[in-house]
Amino acid sequence: MSDRLTAADVTKVARLARLDVTAEEVERMTAQLAGMLEHFADVDALDLADVEPMTQPYPLVNVFREDVVRPGLDREEVLAEAPLAEDGRFRVPPVIGLEG
Amino acid sequence: MAAPTTARGIAAAVKAGTTTAADFAEQHLLRIAERDGEIHAFNHVMADQARAAAAAVDAAVAAGNDPGPLAGVTVALKDNMCTRGIPTTCSSKILEGWRPPYDATIVEKLHAAGAVVIGKTNLDEFAMGSSTENSAFGPTKNPHDTSRVPGGSSGGSAASVAAGFSQMALGSDTGGSIRQPAALCGVVGVKPTYGYVSRFGLVAFASSLDQIGPFTTSVEDAALMLDVIGGHDPLDSTSIPKEHPSLVGCLDQGVEGLRVGRITDLPEGADPDVLERLEVAFEALVAAGATVVDVQVPAFTFGLTAYYLIAPAEASSNLARYDGVRYGLRVDAPDTNGMYAATREAGFGDEVKRRIMLGTYALSAGYYDAYYGKALKVRRLIHDDFERAYQQADVLLTPASPSVAFPFGAKGDNPLAMYLCDTYTIPTNLAGHPGMSVPFGTGAHGLPVGVQVLAGTLQEPTMFRVAAELERAMA
Repeated sequence: MSDRLTAADVTKVARLARLDVTAEEVERMTAQLAGMLEHFADVDALDLADVEPMTQPYPLVNVFREDVVRPGLDREEVLAEAPLAEDGRFRVPPVIGLEG
Repeated sequence: MAAPTTARGIAAAVKAGTTTAADFAEQHLLRIAERDGEIHAFNHVMADQARAAAAAVDAAVAAGNDPGPLAGVTVALKDNMCTRGIPTTCSSKILEGWRPPYDATIVEKLHAAGAVVIGKTNLDEFAMGSSTENSAFGPTKNPHDTSRVPGGSSGGSAASVAAGFSQMALGSDTGGSIRQPAALCGVVGVKPTYGYVSRFGLVAFASSLDQIGPFTTSVEDAALMLDVIGGHDPLDSTSIPKEHPSLVGCLDQGVEGLRVGRITDLPEGADPDVLERLEVAFEALVAAGATVVDVQVPAFTFGLTAYYLIAPAEASSNLARYDGVRYGLRVDAPDTNGMYAATREAGFGDEVKRRIMLGTYALSAGYYDAYYGKALKVRRLIHDDFERAYQQADVLLTPASPSVAFPFGAKGDNPLAMYLCDTYTIPTNLAGHPGMSVPFGTGAHGLPVGVQVLAGTLQEPTMFRVAAELERAMA
């Protein structure tokens, strides 16, 4: 179905997934993920041309509920669990990246 | 009078005042203290909260009030269900120590029913695994043989019920994570129809597959628990907006005239001892008046393949929220992107990373149609094949697990070998149908074997009738 997965592919996917993987992990995952994707070639035997994709097992559309005011989460309780909070907000390092 | 052994019996005794919720809670806390050091079913024992809940139940009884259908019944929760102010870890370092600011809907329903929540149980990290070996806090052991796994991912919940640490437990089942450990631990385990039980407050793994369900020592108790936790929840937009009939009420109806399907093209791989028990189960149902019919579910065999793209794809999206900003672990770095990547690298275990990577790849530009899109089409075929089978049969019978409990390390470092544990459970999740594992004697090494009963959408009443008959056959 596609060319065999390479270490460069794995490095790129790790970047998309925000995982700071080690070289050893890239090597191991390349072999393991390639193995799993090969397994997927099984389904090439199926004729899927006219099959509708299934995203939900129990079809419900436009699910609404009454717009009733109910208590939200307690802000202090939420912020108490944050790694770093300040002035009622989450504190994070600079968002404008050093890596561009 | 003998001490009650079922949840229903306990609730009746507590309400009648012949025993107290406090006594039951203490008995279970004592058993945990004596043996959980060896079994490790629990990540967190809620001794203080359990005592307080039990005292409240006893106070209600003393005041002449009805504490509810689960009065004084101890329940253990898989540690991926949010409990306000109580650590909820998903057995992951990335959530270690996190205390949710709200309760899952099922937790509120348990409290309202008079249940005594006794602790949070161990699991494969983020429910990804079939042995509970993937927990960041160490494996759970099978109470029947501590050199063997309890199954997974809800291994702690299954072990808790099997070891008598709690009367009941709840787990979550995305590809078999209730039914397979139930089989390996010799207890009843149910995955209801998708949408039967609210997922609000269940930490998401694969949202179109996840479903909460019970572990119990009897079919009746499982029915009782589903009667309590089932039903529509406006906070879960995938919850089915219908009233469910009482399952407790249908257990005595027998199986006379029911058509029990044998899947003739079921994937191979089950051990002979497991298949032998399955044959005995068919015979027991025939003896009770059911008919066996042969059916085919050709796409069953593609379940594993479709699942291992769909579940990781959904997981890669769901687990994007663990970024070190709002809760859980943070590993510092000079900018946010660096902080995200360092936090996630340090906080997630190998199997979770592997699935995030697979899912991210399957969803990435250029590969979406070839992998994820195709898997969704295979999912449709599986669903439609089941629907056709249910035109001919009221329920289907299969093994719940290909083997009895296996030794620690038996699946080695090969992810595919572990995935094969869920061969017989996964297709049901893809179809959204209910399934349950019923303990049905023993196989190799004298270890428990579970028979799986499958049924169509919202056909829980029929599924429970068959399960109750299998239980009677074993009595």
